[in-house]
Amino acid sequence: MTHVHRFPTSAKAAATNPLKMSQPLGAALAFLGMDRCLPVFHGSQGCTAFGLVLLVRHFREAIPLQTTAMDQVSTILGGYENLEAAIRNIHERMAPDLIGICTTGVTETKGEDLAGHYATFRQRNPALDGLGLVFVNTPDFAGGFEDGFAAAVTGIVERFARPAGTTVKGQVNVLAGSHLSPGDVEELRDVMEQFGLKPIILPDLGLSLCGRQPSDFTPYSLGGTTLDQVRLMGTSEATLVIGEHMRVAAAALELKTDVRSVFFDRLTGLEPCDRFIRTLAEISGRPVPARLRRQRESLVDAMLDGHFFFSRKRIAVALEPDLLYAVSSFLADLGATVTAAVSPTQAAVLDKVRATTVMVGDHSDLEAVAREADLIVSNAHGRMGAERLATPLHRMGLPVFDRLGAGLKVGVGYRGTRDLLFEIGNLFLAREMEHGHGGPHGDGGHHGAHHCGGGSCGCSAG
Amino acid sequence: MLQDKIQEAFNEPGCAVNQAKSEKERKKGCTKALKPGAAAGGCAYDGAMIALQPIADVAHLVHGPIACLGNSWDNRGCRSSGPQLYRTGFTTDLSELDVIHGGEKKLFKAIKEIVQQYDPPAVFVYQTCVPAMIGDDLEAVCKHASARFGKPVIPVMAPGFAGSKNLGNKLAGNTLLEHVIGTVEPERTTPTDVCIVGEYNLAGEMWQVTPLLDEIGIRILSSISGDGRYRDVAAAHRARVTMVVCSQALVNIGRTLEERWGIPYFEGSFYGVTDTSDTLRTMARMLVARGAPADIIDRAESVIAREEARVRRRLEVYVPRFRGKRVLLFTGGVKSWSMVTALEEAGLTIIGTSTKKSTKEDKDRIRKMKGAEFHTWDDLKPREMYRMLRDSEADIMLSGGRSQFIALKAKVPWLDVNQERHHPFAGYDGIVNLCEEIDKTLSNPMWRQVRQPAPWE
Repeated sequence: MTHVHRFPTSAKAAATNPLKMSQPLGAALAFLGMDRCLPVFHGSQGCTAFGLVLLVRHFREAIPLQTTAMDQVSTILGGYENLEAAIRNIHERMAPDLIGICTTGVTETKGEDLAGHYATFRQRNPALDGLGLVFVNTPDFAGGFEDGFAAAVTGIVERFARPAGTTVKGQVNVLAGSHLSPGDVEELRDVMEQFGLKPIILPDLGLSLCGRQPSDFTPYSLGGTTLDQVRLMGTSEATLVIGEHMRVAAAALELKTDVRSVFFDRLTGLEPCDRFIRTLAEISGRPVPARLRRQRESLVDAMLDGHFFFSRKRIAVALEPDLLYAVSSFLADLGATVTAAVSPTQAAVLDKVRATTVMVGDHSDLEAVAREADLIVSNAHGRMGAERLATPLHRMGLPVFDRLGAGLKVGVGYRGTRDLLFEIGNLFLAREMEHGHGGPHGDGGHHGAHHCGGGSCGCSAG
Repeated sequence: MLQDKIQEAFNEPGCAVNQAKSEKERKKGCTKALKPGAAAGGCAYDGAMIALQPIADVAHLVHGPIACLGNSWDNRGCRSSGPQLYRTGFTTDLSELDVIHGGEKKLFKAIKEIVQQYDPPAVFVYQTCVPAMIGDDLEAVCKHASARFGKPVIPVMAPGFAGSKNLGNKLAGNTLLEHVIGTVEPERTTPTDVCIVGEYNLAGEMWQVTPLLDEIGIRILSSISGDGRYRDVAAAHRARVTMVVCSQALVNIGRTLEERWGIPYFEGSFYGVTDTSDTLRTMARMLVARGAPADIIDRAESVIAREEARVRRRLEVYVPRFRGKRVLLFTGGVKSWSMVTALEEAGLTIIGTSTKKSTKEDKDRIRKMKGAEFHTWDDLKPREMYRMLRDSEADIMLSGGRSQFIALKAKVPWLDVNQERHHPFAGYDGIVNLCEEIDKTLSNPMWRQVRQPAPWE
């Protein structure tokens, strides 16, 4: 690795092909991991429509998301009346357990007093005391997707978690960051249950966005963390915090409940998985189950088989901060060179990212720094730039609207790490088979060992 | 003032709904007050983008915080046969500091960067809620940038909170009339030049029709806006006839072209066999009335006869397969009635259709065609839609992406006929494509399997 550039600030005035998504969208996703919940954007109806379409295209699911439908007049005069009307209408028509209100650029520019609105609403609507309400500040013009997700989780914790005098043996909280897909969350639950642990996962996208088949029409989220579960988080033995952006929520939870938290900055890669599994063994007091031991062996074997294809590969990665950290670390651990790591927003975790250049930027920046890359990792929007550069693209993050099952991909734990390794490794392998074996050996740019990974592809070049 | 522009957009003499209203009602405009917590649909900015973004060689710059573009770009399938710049998403991505200090300088700088790097024939700048609130004078910045860089920088004043998607369509039309159309003279004109308004070339479906127009000898001088080019749009005032496709949204363009430049317009559709034929006929007839060579009428008739015969033959295959199959058609406006005919030609039974976005004329037409017992819904609630599908009142639903999962979760076949669709349904071949897609999904053996409960239940 040569000189490391850190955080070049883009001097551009026009963001071109944005990588960034807005805060309320992230908050909406967090709320969708709550059972019987309906997220609402406090803004113009377009704010909701765009967010809705993006999530629908990614998850291929019906996404419940509503709006306070602010127009010019209500924006100027103040949005309390729309907010109250929205909550009352939703309660009457759909009766969810929880409504998550997320502000937008429109209502934040006006500077609406959200805490005041909450107090006023409760005072004026005593009949709706049983309805869960969380209001979060998520201005479109600050932060991004991950920040909004974190704000919603913090808001849920602050509203519902409470101290408890007792501890339930084997019950463990998980604060699951936005970099975990519903598939990832499901994998974590599976691993924890193998230790006999009873996880309360917040938010639990694994239950709500995994392709549920409802027996009737559901206008709100179906499955996810229940409010009762959040209220019981104080009785857990420990809280596992996954991802840097969950730290604020973790601090809030610990402050309220005194349950100790254990922090994991990532769960992709052999060593971080080992630490996670060891922690589970300690909390549960049980030995690591044979199935997980086999899965670990399988990952080690995959690393042995696959490392040929990763060594010194130049990879450009553009993802939300915590996913960027997890993926770039995983790649670096396999001997690849992450030439560029592009994040849509500033975040503390960027300090730890191992890459030649770490920058806050957009897809056009990614395209510029990926000219020499062997692979690009980004969401589906990266496909146009990757096409122009004729560089393979591995799709991760959100939105991925041009592949099936994007929401259920698993990239954590031994199994998830192994599958990710295979998927990316296969892109390199396919490329080498295409380019390296076009003619007889020694011809047409085939340089033996260098190209087919030391003979690992089965040819005699090594 | 924006308010005046909205009023102007609402007062549309070419719009049948507006015509039927009293003076007082007309003032209120055509958007119903949205119900907080029970509203669905896009905003005015969304509508403006839909109408203008297909102009392919232009840079489309969104002045606003990240949500307006970051959450929405790269999500439509309108295609271009040449330039791809329209697919690049540009935004000023306003930050908290910009909100405090104003975003005008950043906007100007952004325009400058785009002009320097891409040199497009024009830049379209879209106003959004936040800069409208903080008082950024977008029009002044655009005017200044136009003068400075010597190319059109067009302000599109349709911030989201101004109203619905439909209003945004209209405001986009007015923007073109105010700033674009009539500013460029075409290099050459022919007596058979037409302007097509409101066709967005989704999934490239316009290309199913253009070869027929070529064959008849009709030239598309200007397309607003599918596969459009800035200079062609700006030269629309030299067309001989205007065709308005999506009846309500951009009818203001057709009417104004008539008022200002004496170009007659008609409303037509390329969905379904009969409608496509009628459209070609009308277009040829109106061109001849304006001095085009009379033989294009004969050529049109021979193309129509040949294509109709060809399509009938190709559709015959489906008639026995579609016998007794019931369709719930849930799409708006002009598509409702033109698709009803199209689907019945293939032997399907339509049990009902939405008329939410249809004009009174559209509704009358459906009633005349179908009789009074035919279901029409102005507003079918998702829950009711789900119930109908679950209770097998229809064998397939055709609609837009919004209701996709209502059908699929009820385990009923569904096909996208709105803007995210992947298959071209326009023209004669389009109707065959549509039938093929319906047949493919109806006959898929998967349905029987997924409807079975698990063996232990």
